[in-house]
Amino acid sequence: MSEIWTILLGLGDKLAAHVVLAASAIGLGILVALPLAVWASRSQAVARVALGFASLVQTIPALALLALFFPILLSLRAVFGEDLPTLGFLPALLALALYALLPILRNAVTAQANLDPGVLEAADGVGMTGWQKLTLVEAPLAAPFIMAGIRTASVWTIGAATLSTTIGQPSLGDPIFAGLQTQNWALVLAGCIASAGLALIVDALLGLVERGFASRKRWLWGTGLAAVALGVVGALAYQSGGDDEDTIVIASKQFSEQYILAQLIGSQLEAAGYSVEYRDGLGSAVVHSAVASSSIDISVDYTGTIWTNELDRTDNPGREAMYETIVEWERETTGVRVLGRLGFENAYAFAMRADRAAQLGVTSLEDLVPVGPQLTVGGDPEFFERPEWVSVRDAYGMRFGETRNFSPTFMYNALRSGEADVISAYTSDGRIAADRLVVLHDPREALPSYDAMLMMSPRIAGDEDIANALRPLIGAISVEDMREANFAVDREGEGKLSPADAAAQLAGKIGL
Amino acid sequence: MTFEAAERRYGDVVAVAGVDCAIEAGSFVALVGSSGSGKSTLLKMVNTLVSPSGGRVLFGGEDVTTLRQAQLRRRVGYVFQGIGLFPHFTVGENIAIGPRLAGEKLSSQRIAELLTLVELEPEMAGRMPDELSGGQRQRVGVARALAGDPELLIMDEPFGALDPITRDALGEKVRELHNQLGLTTIMVTHDMAEALLLADRVLVMSFGELVADHTPRELLAGEGGEIAQGLVAVPRDQAERLAAMEGRLA
Repeated sequence: MSEIWTILLGLGDKLAAHVVLAASAIGLGILVALPLAVWASRSQAVARVALGFASLVQTIPALALLALFFPILLSLRAVFGEDLPTLGFLPALLALALYALLPILRNAVTAQANLDPGVLEAADGVGMTGWQKLTLVEAPLAAPFIMAGIRTASVWTIGAATLSTTIGQPSLGDPIFAGLQTQNWALVLAGCIASAGLALIVDALLGLVERGFASRKRWLWGTGLAAVALGVVGALAYQSGGDDEDTIVIASKQFSEQYILAQLIGSQLEAAGYSVEYRDGLGSAVVHSAVASSSIDISVDYTGTIWTNELDRTDNPGREAMYETIVEWERETTGVRVLGRLGFENAYAFAMRADRAAQLGVTSLEDLVPVGPQLTVGGDPEFFERPEWVSVRDAYGMRFGETRNFSPTFMYNALRSGEADVISAYTSDGRIAADRLVVLHDPREALPSYDAMLMMSPRIAGDEDIANALRPLIGAISVEDMREANFAVDREGEGKLSPADAAAQLAGKIGL
Repeated sequence: MTFEAAERRYGDVVAVAGVDCAIEAGSFVALVGSSGSGKSTLLKMVNTLVSPSGGRVLFGGEDVTTLRQAQLRRRVGYVFQGIGLFPHFTVGENIAIGPRLAGEKLSSQRIAELLTLVELEPEMAGRMPDELSGGQRQRVGVARALAGDPELLIMDEPFGALDPITRDALGEKVRELHNQLGLTTIMVTHDMAEALLLADRVLVMSFGELVADHTPRELLAGEGGEIAQGLVAVPRDQAERLAAMEGRLA
């Protein structure tokens, strides 16, 4: 319990970011929905199209909607120029505002449709203009219902805003995603408690406003609105106070190794006197764009990933050439500085149980070729479709007796139980060490390398002080050390560490 | 008030088919007809809630569609079955809305006067409409229609939703106010008895056309043709049957 409490107290900046994001999204939603509702009340066709569109948006999962704004904004750069942000606040704001549209719009349209026709006729009868009718009669009478819609939208938006973590916008989703990946349930719970608590408070305050509108008690809705405004202003003030140009933002993707390395880099920088901020749990696809646009400052990426995803290459020129090419390409095209390689790879590799490998006399992929047809190979669901497998198959003429797909966790279980003789493992996976697996050599270099590289955004690329603070990490982390740290975070039960503790242990081990 | 070949169509449906009629100042005219005869539509052409699709409607010699709408609606008090008090305004605010829209503030004294005129307590000005009975609400509706000192009062089934006793009392009251304030009044009703008892002149409409235009006395004497007489026959028949019952009891 006290652990959750400690985490909650440290969530101030995430909470402030969450409040500002959700409030902006709801505000934008209201700004769009209300005029649209007025228009819809005057035209059946507009009502159908607007409500249809809002309902359609609602059927898109929030996570997908957030992700969709990345390519949309990227293509809009053709119109608005290269400075248009594609990650972080803007796409999160747009996606969440779209999401908030439906409840506000639907309630406003329904409220107007259900106004007493006698009252509307009277408004015309006493000589009101269209605008007077709207402001003196329709708006005040529809206000409680519209407020109910805004309440619903607020609760949804506050919940959905946790997902904006995946597109690089800090929110209360940060601890949730980090906790899910590292199986740190205290972190997950703290994030959920904070976001649910926020939703409940906002719901209660807006409920006050709704009741105030319905009973026409000015002090009631005044109090509610003032409290909400105070919260938003407070969050803005907190954010602008905490927003320091000198803060270095360190990103991590959604797996343990990334969280550990981010902590390791962070503590290294803090020791050198910098203030750091973590942007945890980013989608793998967005990390590179984020560092290239300086939305984040430091990331750890892998040569093979950049090679295929950013350079669009499918060939394999060999480990060194690949690295050199990427360093050169980043410098020329994106302005990102590749400070160096950390020393280990997180690549695809073939692994076997030590006893089985010894029994068959297999130490490399070449040894595997003659016995392959008698063996069963297991891979993660995408492995046999990936260029890595094609490359191994073609380079060695590799054939297996049977091919099976497993989810990563079951893949290791299958190897342990003998359901698979050889699997496609990840080289820095902690389970390789824990299960004492043998990683087979690849003498023909058919498997592309996945060297972990330290990337610096264009904003800090020229900063030699930062580079010097990080240089001790270059070439310092062996694959064995990384496996051990990963296993400490991934494992269950006794000996399980938080990414920060695992990073501290790793730092000690490599002599920092 | 003059209708010149006033006509209103909704697509192929003819609601009002070319009505010619002049209503002199100071008269109390009832517009009678069964449902769908076009009487309400004709009435709403007066304050342009419905605009004519053919012909003209003249008010004081001017085409109503060329008058400024807000001004026209101030000069024409409007009372209708739905009453349509604004539920978020007090009774006083409801009464004062017409002048307020014209940029005038109605004094509380004037509001009290108007409430007294429709036989309500002046203290009611501070109440909300949902605290009143149906009859009280329609009295407020009449006060609201009179607040702008209109020259013309138009009423669309004004007492339709009221119980018979309230209905009778309010009918009498409106006729009294008509005389007292020197108004011109047009009242739409489907109740011929009400029309005969309150109006100086009864217009009968059927299928969008004016089929009879007589005084109550003439109608009771059998004039106005088949449709009008059909409508007159209902209350007369009821009255005769009631008289017969009384005779038997005596």
